Amino acid sequence: MLKSIAKATLLAAALSLPLSLTPAKAEVKTDFKVCWSIYVGWMPWGYLQDSGLMKKWADKYGISVEIVQINDYVESINQYTAGEYDGCSMTNMDALSIPAGGGVDTTALIVGDYSNGNDGIILKDKTELADIKGQTVNLVELSVSHYLLARALDTVGLSEQDLTVVNTSDADMIAAYQTDDVTAVVTWNPLLSEIEAQPNATKVFDSAGIPGEIIDIMMVNTETLADNPDFGKALTGAWYELMAIMSSDSDEGVAARTAMAEASGTDLAGYDAQLATTKMFFTPEDAVAFTKSAEMPKTMKFVAEFLFEKGILGEGAPSPEFVGVSFPDGSVYGDAANVKLKFDPSFMTMAADGTL
Amino acid sequence: MRIINRKPSRLTALALGLLPFAATVIAYSVASHYRRLDNPADKLLPSLDSMAAAFWRMATVPDRRSGDLLLWLDTFDSLWRLGTGMAVSTVLALSLGIAIGFIPHVRSALAPYLATFSLIPPITILPILFITFGLGELAKIALIVIGTAPVMIRSMAQAVLDIPREMIIKAETLGASVWQMVTRLVLPQLLPRLITALRLGLVPAWIFLISAEAIASTSGLGYRIFLVRRYLAMDVILPYVVWITLLGFLLDLLLLQASRRLFRWAHQGVDAL
Repeated sequence: MLKSIAKATLLAAALSLPLSLTPAKAEVKTDFKVCWSIYVGWMPWGYLQDSGLMKKWADKYGISVEIVQINDYVESINQYTAGEYDGCSMTNMDALSIPAGGGVDTTALIVGDYSNGNDGIILKDKTELADIKGQTVNLVELSVSHYLLARALDTVGLSEQDLTVVNTSDADMIAAYQTDDVTAVVTWNPLLSEIEAQPNATKVFDSAGIPGEIIDIMMVNTETLADNPDFGKALTGAWYELMAIMSSDSDEGVAARTAMAEASGTDLAGYDAQLATTKMFFTPEDAVAFTKSAEMPKTMKFVAEFLFEKGILGEGAPSPEFVGVSFPDGSVYGDAANVKLKFDPSFMTMAADGTL
Repeated sequence: MRIINRKPSRLTALALGLLPFAATVIAYSVASHYRRLDNPADKLLPSLDSMAAAFWRMATVPDRRSGDLLLWLDTFDSLWRLGTGMAVSTVLALSLGIAIGFIPHVRSALAPYLATFSLIPPITILPILFITFGLGELAKIALIVIGTAPVMIRSMAQAVLDIPREMIIKAETLGASVWQMVTRLVLPQLLPRLITALRLGLVPAWIFLISAEAIASTSGLGYRIFLVRRYLAMDVILPYVVWITLLGFLLDLLLLQASRRLFRWAHQGVDAL
């Protein structure tokens, strides 16, 4: 009996070992993995891997970088937070709530774009945002859609108490819109344009109304980056080489965009339409300027307050300032002793200066 | 003595039964400890303490937004959906099961269809369910019924077919009408089998309940789990999983005990899990 207990304990310890090992530990290493999920502004990550551009830049620095696509956005962030990946594409809001809120020190390496109409609110048979009062609103709760709704309600003097939010999976959003009980949805592209195309649908608010607040960023583990600056250099170098190709109307640029369009399940025209509502930072100069802008701390303050109000910063969070966010000028929003999210434009600056 | 003939004493049996549970808890604690050495705020494997605190908070502290005690609200709503769905499935299983098992013409008409229908994974036809039943409670209950009823009906029909032919002939010889045979012969034979079918049906019922709540909902155990998954709050998710398991276990135990009480004749002399 005792023997079997001892054996079982040993076995249990052995089984639990892989769980307790965190691969993304701070150390000098040569093999890196980053993940991304399908979104208009992140399609270049897939193309970097497929086209061999990533390999070219990784070889230049004598490392290897694998870019892995994950089908579920939240799952990709969770995997990064758990230490499975060294970097992951996500929004500023989710970076603050999931990895930074979970104690994983995270750096915004490449600020890729912000949503400029890619997220929106659609009403059925109504045409004014104020008509949303008293309705049930279907959206992915606690996502950027929820944030957009909160910001939109502010503009017409309403609050979430004035309506009922129904958590609805993004995979089922289009089907949900077909039913009679769904009269208001908040969602993102490509779902947004799909639903907007329905005859009775009116887009009453979109992220162009809060420009620069929903930001899509390649986030990397701060310790890994500090110990392996070459990792940051290779990623940034590859990214901006592709940005230059992608933004041009050359054959190469069209070919790149077509490949990204196909990978996201649309065609070149559809993908270009999505790019039109996305403010891409095609040059590192633009990205650096945006990251250094005075708007950034204000946006992060809004986001932190929203997350705190919804109870997403964790139960240990006594205030929205619980998790610190640092900005390029050295200023910090929130707890300076607990800075877990860092906006660091130094790698993008290297790309701008051509020193990569 | 051969191993198949060596029976554990009651105490050993209890200890052996607890062993895998203890091993799981120990394995978890060890893994959690090492992860938290690296990062004290680790969200993936929170400490047992923080999970207990989160569970306590869900059960006793009113939610900041709505003022509800979330755990009880979620539990009540989920059990209501589960109970309603299983009640509908049970009625369907009993009525259709007897009709299919007892009346050859109904069997010929429905058995092949039901066998085919039960093979459709309900999740794959969700959009059709939404448009038919809307996005409210009805759709969630419908998903549970579609997921559980076909198999329960088939098992009831089989149970009718398993009734010894001699008993039916005897009843007919004694001049029983079809209705009399249904109420006096088939039904009593069927009820313990119905409880077994219900117990087995509860397993997929939970799965479909959680899936339905994940898709569109404002409350429920599945809703909460999928909501807080957005910020990797495993300190809430893991206790909820344990809670769901406990609820499932208690429901199963309740049904088993009821069956033992009510239909003692059906539990004689056979080892049952």
